[in-house]
Amino acid sequence: MASEPLQEQLSRPIPDFTDPPAAAPANGAPAYDLAPYRGLPLRQPARPPVPVLGPGAVELTGPVFGPADVGPLDSDLTRQHRGEPLGERITVSGRVLDRHGRPVRGQLVEVWQANAAGRYTHRADRHAAPLDPNFTGTGRCLTDGEGRYHFTTVRPGAYPWNHHRNAWRPPHLHFSLFGTAFAQRLVTQMYFPGDPLVPYDALWRAIGDPVARARVIAAYDPARNVPEWSLGYRWDIVLDGPAATPAEGGR
Amino acid sequence: MSLPVTPSQTIGPFYGEALPVPGGGEPAPAGHPDTVTLHGRVYDGGGTPVPDALLEFWQAAPDGSLAGAPGSLARDGVTFTGFARVPTGRDGRYVLRTLPPGGAPFLSLCVFAPGLSRHLFTRVYFALPEDDPLLPALPAGRRATLLATEDPGTHRGYRFDVHLSGERETVFLEFPCAGRTEESRPSGS
Repeated sequence: MASEPLQEQLSRPIPDFTDPPAAAPANGAPAYDLAPYRGLPLRQPARPPVPVLGPGAVELTGPVFGPADVGPLDSDLTRQHRGEPLGERITVSGRVLDRHGRPVRGQLVEVWQANAAGRYTHRADRHAAPLDPNFTGTGRCLTDGEGRYHFTTVRPGAYPWNHHRNAWRPPHLHFSLFGTAFAQRLVTQMYFPGDPLVPYDALWRAIGDPVARARVIAAYDPARNVPEWSLGYRWDIVLDGPAATPAEGGR
Repeated sequence: MSLPVTPSQTIGPFYGEALPVPGGGEPAPAGHPDTVTLHGRVYDGGGTPVPDALLEFWQAAPDGSLAGAPGSLARDGVTFTGFARVPTGRDGRYVLRTLPPGGAPFLSLCVFAPGLSRHLFTRVYFALPEDDPLLPALPAGRRATLLATEDPGTHRGYRFDVHLSGERETVFLEFPCAGRTEESRPSGS
């Protein structure tokens, strides 16, 4: 699991995801809509959040999870049914860190994703792509003593959504993460490097800072391939929010 | 060292097979005599119930401990873990059965929903204590959005609604980090 030092990873050049051309085609067809996702207006608070200052807040601590919550097979999404799911087998692994670069140890990581055809096991998903009886698309693991997580799964497919005409989501994994503090809670999505759909994606474009957009794209890491078995992707995650400093007894 | 943080992205509509767990809304050990029932609805700014929100609660144990305990995803029926996870139903309702927190009289609440780029933090107070560091900073009219109200005619029942926006918008919270720059703040919200 040896890999390049953290600072070098994080200062990697940004993948070449430049803005797609926005000009309307000459034949009068509508230009592709590149407006970023803004969410549902009625669900957006109008007022700014109120800062909670000072120590001692309950939110600076957080829940703990253990072997009762997560079994050793929960991180392998290809072994939850009688047979193997269809698709390109991959592993996704990396580290969960706080803003100070300290590993988040023994904490819960959850993922969910569409199957290789771009369909979720969810009754609200009406995309006309097949379900895979051997794939649910959900997984859990606990980070190890270095903050590392690891999942085995299949590469998800793209799927259409109703953000605008002809909008497609790029293949992605949803991630749910906990830190040592509840205030560090994060839900986000991971994308694949070199994917031509990504620059068109309204949700990816909703990340306002172009530099920050690169941080949700995994790296292909041949060193993490399992020979004759699976392709390896690496994605490190840095949690925002106040974490206890070591002097305060952060675990 | 301060690392650039990973941006938040919406939870989307398809988390239902992954995150909710049986008994997720019942951190109180079964039959515990001190159990309180907190219930209510999540509403959008138009007053429409939100049927696809996910609520997470974190709190102190009755003795004030914030150490937590494993077992929130697979409850053993005995241990109080301090953590709960409850999806809203079709009518926007949720129910939480928990024990009263020791120390500061509130639960921390994190709200996720499709259509929100980033989750929202708030607090559910069972009382509004004089010495609370947060409450005096709030306009009096908005303070009440954080208070659970006793449910008349029930045994230890409380009601708490979340209004994502609109006139009755709930007070949402943020937790600043020392030294955080604008660039490293979560984007897309």
